[in-house]
Amino acid sequence: MAHENELNFKATELRLGLPGTEISAAKNNNKRASPEENGSKCVISSVKSSTENETAPEPKAQIVGWPPVRSYRKNNIIQTKKTENETGIYVKVSMDGAPYLRKIDLKVYNGYQELLKALETMFKFTIGEYSEREGYKGSEYAPAYEDKDGDLMLVGDVPWNMFMSSCKRLRIMKGSEARGLGCGV
Amino acid sequence: MAYSFPEEVLEHVFSFLCSDKDRNAVSLVCKSWYEIERWCRRRIFIGNCYSVTPDIVIRRFPKVRSMEMKGKPHFADFNLVPEGWGAYVYPWISAMSVAYPLLEEIKLKRMVVTDECLELISKSFKSFKVLVLSSCEGFTTDGLASIAANCRNLRELDLKESEVEDLSGHWLSHFPEHCTSLVSLNMSCLGSEVSFSALERLVGRCPNLKTLRLNRAVPLEKLPNLLSRAPQLVELGTGTYSSEVRVDIFSNLSEAFSVCKQLKGLSGLWDAVPAYLPAMYSVCPGLTSLNLSYATIQSPDLSKLVSQCPNLQRLWVLDYIEDSGLEALATSCKDLQELRVFPSDPFGAEPNVSLTEQGLVTVSEGCPKLQSVLYFCRQMSNAALVTIAKNRPNMIRFRLCIIEPQAPDYVTLEPLDTGFGAIVKSCKELRRLSLSGLLTDRVFEYIGTHAKKLEMLSIAFAGDSDLGLHHVLSGCESLRKLEIRDCPFGDKALLANAAKLETMRSLWMSSCSVSYGACKLLGQKMPRLNVEVIDERGPPELRPEICPVEKLYIYRTVAGRRIDMPDFIWTMDEDAALQHS
Repeated sequence: MAHENELNFKATELRLGLPGTEISAAKNNNKRASPEENGSKCVISSVKSSTENETAPEPKAQIVGWPPVRSYRKNNIIQTKKTENETGIYVKVSMDGAPYLRKIDLKVYNGYQELLKALETMFKFTIGEYSEREGYKGSEYAPAYEDKDGDLMLVGDVPWNMFMSSCKRLRIMKGSEARGLGCGV
Repeated sequence: MAYSFPEEVLEHVFSFLCSDKDRNAVSLVCKSWYEIERWCRRRIFIGNCYSVTPDIVIRRFPKVRSMEMKGKPHFADFNLVPEGWGAYVYPWISAMSVAYPLLEEIKLKRMVVTDECLELISKSFKSFKVLVLSSCEGFTTDGLASIAANCRNLRELDLKESEVEDLSGHWLSHFPEHCTSLVSLNMSCLGSEVSFSALERLVGRCPNLKTLRLNRAVPLEKLPNLLSRAPQLVELGTGTYSSEVRVDIFSNLSEAFSVCKQLKGLSGLWDAVPAYLPAMYSVCPGLTSLNLSYATIQSPDLSKLVSQCPNLQRLWVLDYIEDSGLEALATSCKDLQELRVFPSDPFGAEPNVSLTEQGLVTVSEGCPKLQSVLYFCRQMSNAALVTIAKNRPNMIRFRLCIIEPQAPDYVTLEPLDTGFGAIVKSCKELRRLSLSGLLTDRVFEYIGTHAKKLEMLSIAFAGDSDLGLHHVLSGCESLRKLEIRDCPFGDKALLANAAKLETMRSLWMSSCSVSYGACKLLGQKMPRLNVEVIDERGPPELRPEICPVEKLYIYRTVAGRRIDMPDFIWTMDEDAALQHS
């Protein structure tokens, strides 16, 4: 893109550190005793290696053995992160009367509030107020889900983590059936 | 002489001496004491496997029952020591299999151990009891099978973070059904799943089992089966601490933990899921050691957990704990002696958690017994270090790693010389120190002047000139191990302090400015040191003498030059000098 040269990315870049300070990985070469002081011109490749290996777009030149974390630990953390990031929990969502179903990733939401808001937006309806005693009051819709045992449960009764691991599919119920699922009269 | 004690009496007296220092002192009194002592020394510790040969050891100490030895330099942990460097234990096992048939214990650290070694151990020593392999490599699960099958009285098998080629989990099934002697089993570094029923039976029939560290492959829902068979456990390392959240699993786990009334140490906890943490609350009040460094749980859950452990003495945790969690720690754990905080994202460019110098300051204020610290963080200030020094003059191990090399005091942008200076001035018993951040020669002046009890020092990306190294070598009276990387230290300081090197175990320098010529000179001058140049670019004599060497490892030895070196290591001594001039 032509105007990339005109936009001063550095000026608007968000960084830690005081304005005017340069945080760069190649700094470690500044304080080295220069080989030229000894009056000869041999190539000190060990000294220069980090600057030679720096390629322009790389955000951070990785230094061997730094930070000093044992490979055993590094591998364990990477393994955990991978499983964390790669697997989503996708469940089908059906709404009574809607022509087709949707699918959502439960991992994306931090709790029931976020999930219900997202469902409201997706299907364009309003869910009522949740209470343990009366379920969802104030609307003709009730969010329900099918759990591992195949039972139809009201969304919101169990802790979020437990819900995430036991929910197999979601169903937004409407009308008289919804009222049967604990909506107060 | 008419009135000397009979040998048996002296031997009996000496049997109460455990420390090597005391036994060495006793050996120097006179020839007869030397003789008596050497025949009754049962334990030997060799800090550097190349400082002595098996023959020399066996000749002097004919009746050894326990042997502990270390191999590669510490920086091998961070991939700075090339593959093939050495530290092969086979020659030792081979010699001892003949000389010490009654050998009971072998403890190795950073050594290369092969399946052949393990088989030889299992067949040669009839009373073999303890095998500890810490950060070792070179063997497979087949070697473990030999140990399991043949060591009839095995008490301890501890594979502490070794790199094992995991062919299968079948090795565990080689423990014979009549084996009931296990006291400690640590298989946490292995990947493969072992036969659970074999594990269950093994645990069930060893009534003295005190330490059990499982590997990640053992599922959480099976843990209660093991705990119920070993309620006497003192140290437990769980397998993966994650499972689908189910009430029945939770209650089984909770019940199983509640039966373990002796549990003092807990580790493992891979992938810990917050929902299952409360299951261990019943053991928390009794815990003195907690290793959460593989548990990727966030600060609120971590805070809650540590608040349940008022008797905690040792905590290893990821930086997910954040400053807020460390505050909870400082409030709840007044007996805390050791804290290690590891980075969850060491290579990320930006901080992913809110862990700063403040967390460490808070713990130093709140925990009066805090004496050992390993702390990874992304910012530090002189003020914080000065405060920590003032709070904790009882510090003996202080290892700080500021992730960005040469990061200055983030408030003043000055070097951190003053801060670390305060640490060494105030903490008069400091034995181990690791530096990081922006540092000039000044910090080394402070260290040389004040750190009189310092035994091990690690330096990276620091200093301005040879003066820095000179301060350390000339000032630190108790220095035994010095490891340096990427510092502008050169020939002058090293040559001026050559004699000092004979009083130390070893010196490691990589990516510094020590020339090949200086290495040769040092090797010639000091026959009781091995001066080893490690250079993967090829033979150093093909380059000008003033060219710095890639890596340098110097250690005192009575064994002469190594005979098992790979082709990228050269010993500097008189022969080498003659050959290459």
